Amino acid sequence: MKPLLFTLRQEPGQRLDLSGLTPDRLLGRSVKEIEAIDIGTTRVRVKVGEMFKVRVGDVKNIRFEGGSERFDLVGAKLLPGFEIHVEGDVGAQLGRSAKGGRITVAGDAGAYAASQNAGAHITVEGDAGDFLAGPLAGEIPGMSGGRVVVRGSVGRRAGDRLRRGIIIIEGDAGPDLGSRMIAGTILALRGVAGDVGYLNKRGSIILAHRRELGPTYVDCGAHDFTFARLFAKGLAQDSRRASRLLSQKLWRFGGDTAVYGKGEILTPV
Amino acid sequence: MPRLIRKGVRIDDSFAEAFPMSGTGLVITAPTRKWALTAAHTMTGFATSVIGCGCEAGVDHEILPKDTPDGRPGVRVLLFAMSSKDAEKQLVNRLGQCVLTCPGSAVFSTVPGELEIKVGDAIRQFGDKWQMSKVIDGRRYWRVPVMDGEFLCEAKVGLTKKSVGGGNLLIMGEDWASTMRATEEAVEAIRDVRDAIAPFPGGIVRSGSKVGSKYKGMSASTNDAYCPTLSGVSASALDPDIGCVLEIVIDGLTSDAVAHAMRAGLKAIIALGPKHGAKRVGAGNYGGKLGPFHYHLKDLLP
Repeated sequence: MKPLLFTLRQEPGQRLDLSGLTPDRLLGRSVKEIEAIDIGTTRVRVKVGEMFKVRVGDVKNIRFEGGSERFDLVGAKLLPGFEIHVEGDVGAQLGRSAKGGRITVAGDAGAYAASQNAGAHITVEGDAGDFLAGPLAGEIPGMSGGRVVVRGSVGRRAGDRLRRGIIIIEGDAGPDLGSRMIAGTILALRGVAGDVGYLNKRGSIILAHRRELGPTYVDCGAHDFTFARLFAKGLAQDSRRASRLLSQKLWRFGGDTAVYGKGEILTPV
Repeated sequence: MPRLIRKGVRIDDSFAEAFPMSGTGLVITAPTRKWALTAAHTMTGFATSVIGCGCEAGVDHEILPKDTPDGRPGVRVLLFAMSSKDAEKQLVNRLGQCVLTCPGSAVFSTVPGELEIKVGDAIRQFGDKWQMSKVIDGRRYWRVPVMDGEFLCEAKVGLTKKSVGGGNLLIMGEDWASTMRATEEAVEAIRDVRDAIAPFPGGIVRSGSKVGSKYKGMSASTNDAYCPTLSGVSASALDPDIGCVLEIVIDGLTSDAVAHAMRAGLKAIIALGPKHGAKRVGAGNYGGKLGPFHYHLKDLLP
């Protein structure tokens, strides 16, 4: 069955809150009802029907034809078993607090993509903004499960307060990757900047390129990690480069010793 | 006893009587095949019978590196016990003493079951708070630092209460050598059957037992009806041309697996024929009143 299709009519005049357009919330609704949903975020009201041409289809599988950096909260609180694809860019908080399912974005994503994601598999083919998978201001844990793959580059502090789950960044990572990380795994396959793993408690950061890590990361030597081989197999479908990086002997730097010191940064030997 | 004859081998019109058991298992991997097998054999040692060992365990099959979760050589071991509690106790003890200690080993769940045993969650404490947890694809693994690197252990393994223990074949021949030849062929064939093990030494038991004893307090004693040296003095079940009896006991994760294993064993024995192998095949039962699973030999013939 073809997916439920939202075709963008024109560039939105304001930021849109698309959290209402997830499969579980559209289940059993007619096109007319869907078109009447308010997605505006200002005093000027915007209805789905004004912004999108809606074509009926399988609600379990939603597709946005055309995107915009004003598409906020796409796939928020998505539930397992559902899929969303955006053929274009999205705005802030892509897949925010998603419980499961799969979200793919063909373009770029804004700030706070995968924020507090708890289980969704999120792929961004372009770049992602600052605080990838991080918590919003005032929240304590960041992403707590699932997997995020960004083919392009990411902004500042990706994986901030990561609690669980895997983040793969195929392009460059902005300053302070994995800051305040609690646990979980981050793979950065190109350049990184700033203080990597600043105040990392017990998370794993795997860097494709060795760099200076500062005095709070302590050399633990080169080892063959069985878990890395397991991850190499498990991540092969999402990123061949990540899989290759994990298939080799890795140098372990324990830290951040400014906090627990039970985390690690792994780099090729 | 009425009999069927297949290629000269006499098949008793009898059945094996088997019991429900709790079954669980592990995939053990290591940097080399040798050490994966070492861990597996150590873990399944002293696990021939639930009567004295607490569980019955054995190697199901080896796994090629491309098929294991971590891409290293692997071995699948299965463990069966009379209750899920016994299975858990035995598995955790054996894992802690035999696999954690074995150089290079890692442990993965392999039995899809309706229950779960917390294995990694028990062993992780060996890490003295240096252990790390990693979750991938919804499964949690513990990384426990040890002297040769890290011991990787899945947090939970599956356990099923739908397992069956006690499928068996009684292989009867003229002498020890020919009976052994047929039995070894059968064991070899049973090894190729997935989800089933033959827990006794080399898959074979020579001291089959009957229920009860003339001594007080002994629940089982030698099966005198099948002892060739007593064939004249006891109520023997043996024919004059039988001089040796060996038994294969089979435990399986499912009733089907036990039936498949018995079928494979029978086929191998019959293929060898009576001249160099066994003259007769029977099966052990208790009259059919004790165990709910009955495997009739006549239904399993090739």
